[in-house]
Amino acid sequence: MSISGLLWQFFAIALALALAPLLTGWVNQCRAWLQNRAAPPLLQPYFMLHKLFHKDVVLAHGASPLFVFAPYVVFGCMLLACAIIPTLSTDLPFAPAADTIALVGVFGLARLFIALAAMDIGTSFGTLGGRREMLIGFLAEPALLMVIFTTAMISQSTSVATIVETLAHGDFVINPSLAFAGIAFTFVSFAENARVPVDNPATHLELTMIHEAMILEYSGRHLALIEWAAALKLYAYSCLGLALFFPWGIAEGDSAAGLLLAISALIAKLAVGGALLALIETINAKVRIFRAPEFLGTAFLFAVLGLLVRLLLESRV
Amino acid sequence: MRFLGEPIEFEKQAGIGSPVWRGRAADGAALTAFAVAVRRADGRLAALWGSDERARAGGFRLHVVFGLDAGHAWLSLDLPAERPAYPDLSGIFPAAGRLQRATRDLVGIAAAGDPDGTDARPWLRHGAWPADWFPLRHDAGEGHGFANAASDYAFVRVGGEGAHEIPVGPIHAGTIEPGHFRFSVIGERVLRLEQRLGYVHKGVEKLFIGKDLAEGVRLAGRVSGDSTCAYAWAYASAVEAACGVSPPPRALGLRALMLERERVANHLGDLGALGNDAGLAFGLSQFMRLKEDWLRLNGKFFGHRFMMDRILPGGAALDLEAPALAAIVEQCDVVGREARALKKIYDEHAGLQDRFLTAGAIDAALAREFSLTGLAARATGLILDARAHRQGYTPPPPWAMLGVRPATDERGGVAARVAVRFAEIFESLRLLRELAVGLPAGAVCAEVPPVPGAGGLGVVEGWRGEVLVGVSLDGAGRLARVHPHDPSWQAWPALEHAVMQDIVPDFPLINKSFNLSYSGHDL
Repeated sequence: MSISGLLWQFFAIALALALAPLLTGWVNQCRAWLQNRAAPPLLQPYFMLHKLFHKDVVLAHGASPLFVFAPYVVFGCMLLACAIIPTLSTDLPFAPAADTIALVGVFGLARLFIALAAMDIGTSFGTLGGRREMLIGFLAEPALLMVIFTTAMISQSTSVATIVETLAHGDFVINPSLAFAGIAFTFVSFAENARVPVDNPATHLELTMIHEAMILEYSGRHLALIEWAAALKLYAYSCLGLALFFPWGIAEGDSAAGLLLAISALIAKLAVGGALLALIETINAKVRIFRAPEFLGTAFLFAVLGLLVRLLLESRV
Repeated sequence: MRFLGEPIEFEKQAGIGSPVWRGRAADGAALTAFAVAVRRADGRLAALWGSDERARAGGFRLHVVFGLDAGHAWLSLDLPAERPAYPDLSGIFPAAGRLQRATRDLVGIAAAGDPDGTDARPWLRHGAWPADWFPLRHDAGEGHGFANAASDYAFVRVGGEGAHEIPVGPIHAGTIEPGHFRFSVIGERVLRLEQRLGYVHKGVEKLFIGKDLAEGVRLAGRVSGDSTCAYAWAYASAVEAACGVSPPPRALGLRALMLERERVANHLGDLGALGNDAGLAFGLSQFMRLKEDWLRLNGKFFGHRFMMDRILPGGAALDLEAPALAAIVEQCDVVGREARALKKIYDEHAGLQDRFLTAGAIDAALAREFSLTGLAARATGLILDARAHRQGYTPPPPWAMLGVRPATDERGGVAARVAVRFAEIFESLRLLRELAVGLPAGAVCAEVPPVPGAGGLGVVEGWRGEVLVGVSLDGAGRLARVHPHDPSWQAWPALEHAVMQDIVPDFPLINKSFNLSYSGHDL
């Protein structure tokens, strides 16, 4: 660990905070264009956050401290996730604090708190959303773990930084297992980030909501934190996907030139990824909620296939 | 003339509108017997309302309209001024239940059945006025100054292990009309849905009282904004029947043009919304683009995007020149082509079809049970369309010459209602072309001198289903009582059944596939 490493670590966190709403704005813009609509401004999510931070908080009468506390926990979890996923450099002083399995746990903790908060106020929609979120969660997490095991077997480590170093900077090897893991990871990302075909972030139909149903009672800065956390989660998942499957461009040391290249590569990759996300969302309809287990079951299957391919074919080489 | 072998004499109403026969039931038993005969013959309960006739005939009057093969039978039953009561018809026609409750709330005449079977809960009265005040009685006054009493409404409770309730509305997350839906569920599975409507009750029927015929058509066109042409035409048709006036042929052609344009506009919007509700926002933006072009042409040639106030008693308020008719024909070609392309996308989209095909099924037996009309009935396979020929029924002009082909589908679910909407768009485009090309020459409006004390019933096949308007004039030739009836009255209870055994998140899709009117129902 070095001082400059620490500086870059903080820079990476600041970059995550700044870029995450931009990524959401970009995806929304792409969605609008693909649907032949006039797109909202790229900076719309920032305007939204600005507005929400300046509004008063309206609290439900039955809200316990948990309800007030949860947005901060969720935001903190997402920030931690962004801190340990190598976005620019693998030389992350914070990375040893948590490995990939802990990362899954961090996402799980955020989910637990938001679902508890949704049930805390006792409205039927909150409970409905919380229940559905846990259904999605308990199916998505094992699939995500399986994906991570595959990549961990390649690099012989569960540390995200080490995995990325091995994949990006080791000898160039074609790993068919990563293709399967990549598909599984994409499926999980859609479910975890409340995107079509599992959830619909744009819906106004309260009976069909999952993520939105849980946060219906939030307002003001609490809602701002949750919206920001949702943007950070999309950013974290995108960066994790890029780090695991398209790691080229991520700097190994902390040279300024390497990091500048890393920033340009990251933004380019996120732009392409966001456009692809919007495309997939546009051409798909939302599945019936009881088809979501099939969707995530497929993801799990792909992840297991990736692991088996790794075990049976690649480990003997 | 007699129907179904019942000893009630009917007389055909004047005018060239939909065939309507008027009759008078001697007593409650005769009414019940006739209702039973209609139900046995697979007929429908088309409308039910009450009127205060104490000034003219010394009592109240119950009006029941039945849908028969040949047309509509409008039966009235005179009730005494003291303790007015009539036999409960909800055991024969379930759709009568809410109509009877609304009639009690508004006119104060109640159905007297067995105490267990008759629903005593108010329907349109939400505590804005007291239970012993009836707004549609002549001596009711303006009714200002009532304190708004919160009313406790007794929903039917569903018990059992794991059963719980989800209350939804009347305020929803989207910008839509208000209605309350009480779901009893186990997990995501809907055991029972109970609706509570009446939140947009605005006293339309009371507003009609004392208006002249021209003011009346403006109000009729505002009962339910998405069906303004259907209501205006039904009202005009009722007034023309009452006053014995026939609108000129060109006026009928123009009315049909407007009605079909209204149908296409609503189907386009709903098909887009159905895609959106299944998560395919692409469908919404495409269909809304088509609908917007459609409405702009309305604005350009009809002077109003929804064509409000373009239909008058006696005819139409506007005429179309040749360039306008040519533009309408041209737009039909464009929209037909684009709608066909979108239909292909909808039909071949696996995710969308998976949602459509599995949700919201009702069968023809249930449709008959609830006297369903319109597209929801046709989507169960019933051939019911006031514009189309069927066994024993000849549609009124201008439909008789056009040979309307009713669109039907046997499946009864969301997919069937989508298919019927697409088919109706294409059929309406064909009709619009024929109407525009073959529009008869001549005047567009006839004089309608009011006939004091007369009454009439107008029936029009709106885009949702059968729109009825009953009209009666007072001694001065002004409106004594107007009752608009929306097809949603019959379809709302059918929706409660359509969602049973489906899952909660499928309800918005099922609801949208019906897209029922709150305003037209709540009056």
